[in-house]
Amino acid sequence: MAPHLTVYKWGPHMLVSILHRITGAGLAIVGGAALVWWLWAAADGPDSYATFTSWARHWLGVVIGIGLTWALIQHTLTGLRHFALDIGAGYELSTNKKWSLATLLIGVVLTAALWAWILRGLWS
Amino acid sequence: MTTEVNAAAEAGTASAAEAPRAAAPGDARPHGSAVEGAGHWWQERVSALAALLLWVWFAVSLLRLPSLDRAIVAEWLSSPLAAVPMLLLVAATFWHIRLGLQVIVDDYVHDEGSKLFWTVLIHFAAILGAAFALFAILKLAFAAAPAG
Repeated sequence: MAPHLTVYKWGPHMLVSILHRITGAGLAIVGGAALVWWLWAAADGPDSYATFTSWARHWLGVVIGIGLTWALIQHTLTGLRHFALDIGAGYELSTNKKWSLATLLIGVVLTAALWAWILRGLWS
Repeated sequence: MTTEVNAAAEAGTASAAEAPRAAAPGDARPHGSAVEGAGHWWQERVSALAALLLWVWFAVSLLRLPSLDRAIVAEWLSSPLAAVPMLLLVAATFWHIRLGLQVIVDDYVHDEGSKLFWTVLIHFAAILGAAFALFAILKLAFAAAPAG
């Protein structure tokens, strides 16, 4: 095996790189289906929409919704990171590490804040 | 490489008997990013930018609605100023989905037959999803239009 495959240390830049791909695949399949279902249910009528909302309000639906929200925010942030890298910025090791960690932190904080607001009715 | 040798041998031309030559710049042309990779790369980024702008608009719009009850959503999408950006959002998003999933297939699926299968499936699924979503938006948008 080539040395470069064994001699490396995991870093946040590797994590956000693979997370960009994983969240992208998840959004494409689960998120794409959810978007189509929501729009179709709204167009089809009250009964279809009631079926959608009953699933969306189920605890499993909420878990998937939180997951999709986090994936969308994380994918967006790492996508912005890629835009910066595309123009040749942010390759310095410390800068790369800082912004990689920032996407992880902002992703979790924004998701938590948004869902705390959405679910506030359950706790008040 | 093997394919080229076979092709030359099958052609039965004099080139098959010639000594191996050094690689020329044109040799790589039909085999990689010079054909469509750069176009794919640009489309991925342009669709990402379009999706980014439209999803920010979408998120803000949803948060501004009093609720997500069907009547509220239907009334919101009856306005062209909501329906048209929503159509664009679906188009940009599903085009980005198609491009992104294609990259994953290209990176991990190496068997040509499997790659063809997944490539066709991605196209069919993305276009099917987009078509249903676009139809639903148009139905809501035109439902509220007065007859005649």
